[in-house]
Amino acid sequence: MSSIIGPASYQLFGIFPTAILSFVLPVIGIGLFAYIMTRRIAPLVRAAPDNRFDHIGLRIKSLVVVWLGQIRQPRYMLAGVLHIVIFAGFLILSVRSISLVIIGLSDGFVLPGLGGWLGHVYNFIKDYAATFVLIACIVAAVRRGIYKPKRYAVPEKYGKDHTAEAVFVLGIISTLMISESLFEASELAYALTVDGQSHFLAPLSLVWIFKAMLTSASPGFLQGLHIFTYFVHDLAFFFFLCFLPLGKHFHVITSLFNVFFMRVQKGNIKPVQHGIKDEELDSLESFGVKRLEDFTWKHMLDFYSCADCGRCSDQCPANAVGRPLSPRFITIKARDLMFKNYPLSGEIYKSKILVEDIFTEDEIWSCTTCGACEEECPLGIEYIDKMVDLRRGMVDEGMVPQSLQKPLKALEKRGNPYGKMEKKRAEWADEAEFKAKHSIKDLGEETADTLYFVDSITSYDDNIQEIARRTSIILEKSGVDFGILGKDEKDSGNEVLRFGEEMLYQDLKQQNTEAILASGARNIVTADPHAYNALKNDYKGLPEVKHISQVVAQKIASGELELKTCQNPDKVYVYHDPCYLGRHNGVYEAPRQAMDAINGLTRVELEKSRDRSFCCGGGGLMLFFEPEEETRMGVLRVNMAAEAGANVIVTACPFCLVNIQDAIKVAGKEGQMEALDFTELIEQHLK
Amino acid sequence: MEILVCVKRVPDTAENEFELNGAGNDLDRDDLVYSVNEWDNYAVEEAIQMVDKMGGSVTVVTVGDDESEEILRREMAMGANNGVLLSDDAFEGSDGKGIATILKAEIEKGSYDLILTGAQADEGAGQVGGMVAAMLDYPYASLVNKIDVMDDKTIKVGREIEGGNQEMNEISLPCVLSIQTGINEPRYVGIRGIRKVSSVEIPVKSASDLGLDAASVGSAGAKTRRVDYFVPDMGEGAEMLEGSTEEIIAKLIEKLKAKGGL
Repeated sequence: MSSIIGPASYQLFGIFPTAILSFVLPVIGIGLFAYIMTRRIAPLVRAAPDNRFDHIGLRIKSLVVVWLGQIRQPRYMLAGVLHIVIFAGFLILSVRSISLVIIGLSDGFVLPGLGGWLGHVYNFIKDYAATFVLIACIVAAVRRGIYKPKRYAVPEKYGKDHTAEAVFVLGIISTLMISESLFEASELAYALTVDGQSHFLAPLSLVWIFKAMLTSASPGFLQGLHIFTYFVHDLAFFFFLCFLPLGKHFHVITSLFNVFFMRVQKGNIKPVQHGIKDEELDSLESFGVKRLEDFTWKHMLDFYSCADCGRCSDQCPANAVGRPLSPRFITIKARDLMFKNYPLSGEIYKSKILVEDIFTEDEIWSCTTCGACEEECPLGIEYIDKMVDLRRGMVDEGMVPQSLQKPLKALEKRGNPYGKMEKKRAEWADEAEFKAKHSIKDLGEETADTLYFVDSITSYDDNIQEIARRTSIILEKSGVDFGILGKDEKDSGNEVLRFGEEMLYQDLKQQNTEAILASGARNIVTADPHAYNALKNDYKGLPEVKHISQVVAQKIASGELELKTCQNPDKVYVYHDPCYLGRHNGVYEAPRQAMDAINGLTRVELEKSRDRSFCCGGGGLMLFFEPEEETRMGVLRVNMAAEAGANVIVTACPFCLVNIQDAIKVAGKEGQMEALDFTELIEQHLK
Repeated sequence: MEILVCVKRVPDTAENEFELNGAGNDLDRDDLVYSVNEWDNYAVEEAIQMVDKMGGSVTVVTVGDDESEEILRREMAMGANNGVLLSDDAFEGSDGKGIATILKAEIEKGSYDLILTGAQADEGAGQVGGMVAAMLDYPYASLVNKIDVMDDKTIKVGREIEGGNQEMNEISLPCVLSIQTGINEPRYVGIRGIRKVSSVEIPVKSASDLGLDAASVGSAGAKTRRVDYFVPDMGEGAEMLEGSTEEIIAKLIEKLKAKGGL
């Protein structure tokens, strides 16, 4: 009985032992890989510190849910399924790949533990894994090469198309699957032809098909094929290993780490530098990210981990309206800069100032910090903290657009971006009709259980002041004992922080914190999601903060608040999730519950709702910024509402209200669409 | 190039609501916030950019009191190298000529190639730059929106004229220029920048340091005096013409003829 000669024992032309190749290939491959990895790790060693070893439990959960569970993949169903198949296949076949390397040195090697029935079960599973991976690769290649989905397109200013790289890698993976299956099939066909041995194979798997094709082949051919396909696999495997760190497939190696280290808290912004307390900020030489090395090591790891899938840019509202920002290319350009400045061989280049090199100032100011990109990324890549750090760097250098300098100066002098006087902050409560029936407590003089934090736009904008009045009426009706800070209240600073003016934010935070704690209030309520976010996530040491929609939903559930039947039963209402209430803080259901408590109200859902909500255009300082864009985010959103069949857009954020109201006019939909604030809807329906 | 920029601390129109005080003879200054005059800020930015390109230094000077120091610090946080505060009780109540006299005394103590002022100030009359030039017998160009340095004795300055056109003139150094807004995009100065220069020394000079006779400055030396501050009476408002387009045109022509416009 002769069996096929494996690569460990085979002698090419009768004299050259191929086992030498089996030894040399892995040694070179692993050695080269180790060298490449060392060069790749170099910039991370020089990077800024990052605190990513906290909340280990939550990090393990991210690993299980996002990395292993691939939970974000199905958000793009076809690509998601293809990827899950390939990812699962890789995990399963990793065991086989290790065995194969050793088989080249020791015939018939079997990993410890896979000797008996477990080994048979594994072989069965891995054969289907390889088959499905190959099918997925073919589908993916056709999709990338022929159908070319829009989100993979590379705009001219960003360089050459990336399709070739993508299809090339799919080709390598397919080669691995085919060569591994042929290696096994040739051995089994040989055993059948020469010895009459028959082995059970996973039916219709790749191996099964190849073996069936090879039954009439000569033993000589099968022997040659066996050795040939072994070394094709070995070579492809180590080539692929060394190719991974050179492009977008680096994520195959870094994804585990990137997801483990990904953000576990939402809505907050990273400190200027980890390890430096607020009081120590004055001692820093430089603020923010000006050069590549100013990024933290995790942000650099993000740049390496990008799979170039384009999902972030596909969801980015700034990108959708034609602003110069595409999150995908923020990452890819930075990654390419890392590759260029820290080459595999040769000297390390000194980094230039990023906004004079790979980024433009407008590109960085265009971001509304809506978070859609971060929510989408299957690899846990973060963007908001990077934008804030880049803005901190620009502010430190004085590179602030003129349109933002006025509101920033006004915030510094008057505590609000409009430059209006502090003593007029509570004038909304003096409106004649309102004042006749309601009086608002000033917590500087009286005490109350709850603080109603109004924030700047609601205090000073003529149209938005109504929100303050209605919120007060709702709170009163709900039996909440509340008061306001009045002239002691300053802008919450949510956007001041996110636009990189750290010291002004610290100043506002300090003044507000003092005033809030001095008031003695035991909880805070606000109708402004930006204030809600800042007070809840960025400020420290404050009592619990709630948004008015949460209070309303709770009071309805407990029976303390009752609503009338719908006053406009013919209208079709749709709720637009504000970014800072929804995506950043997870408040999706409370406003919906409140709306649904109105009997007879017809409510539809937007396709892009909840954590896929589409930003209205932004709030705070973003209202003052003059971007270069082809259309407005609000206009796109109004069109989405019209498509959903709605004629009333309800939103729970004053900035969303302003943007959508303006957009209705710009889109020419006056009379067909109206924008309503949540407080207006509720107050209209109070019994 | 040694550049001196004259700056003024003014109540910023963007962050204040102006009302008359109780007596009706001045603005109610209780709740006002102040900052550096916008035109002067453009001038400082221009000076800094010029010095960045060709070397030299930028000095900012103001006539004021202790509180005026904050604007000098802000301009130094922006990038000005030195600041000088000209402060004395005798300077109070100075009119434009008085301010010019004080500034001239300071300018003569140094050797500046170029003196910049803002074209006008919030709450100002647009006169100090020209007066200083006349007193020093220096050439003067106003409403400058572009500066091109030819050599160390000559520069070219531009200003906007009718129809959005641009006029360029040659002027020899040393000279005085009044700067128009829009000449550049001033860089941002935040709280952090100001904190960085909070301990830099800013010399204060009095009338005697400058060799000035108190009678030539302040209210004592003022040749103009403010007599009244008032909000003008409101008119009836705009008259809206009604009717079809032809009717409106006809009415308009009638009215313009009657008022002597045609």
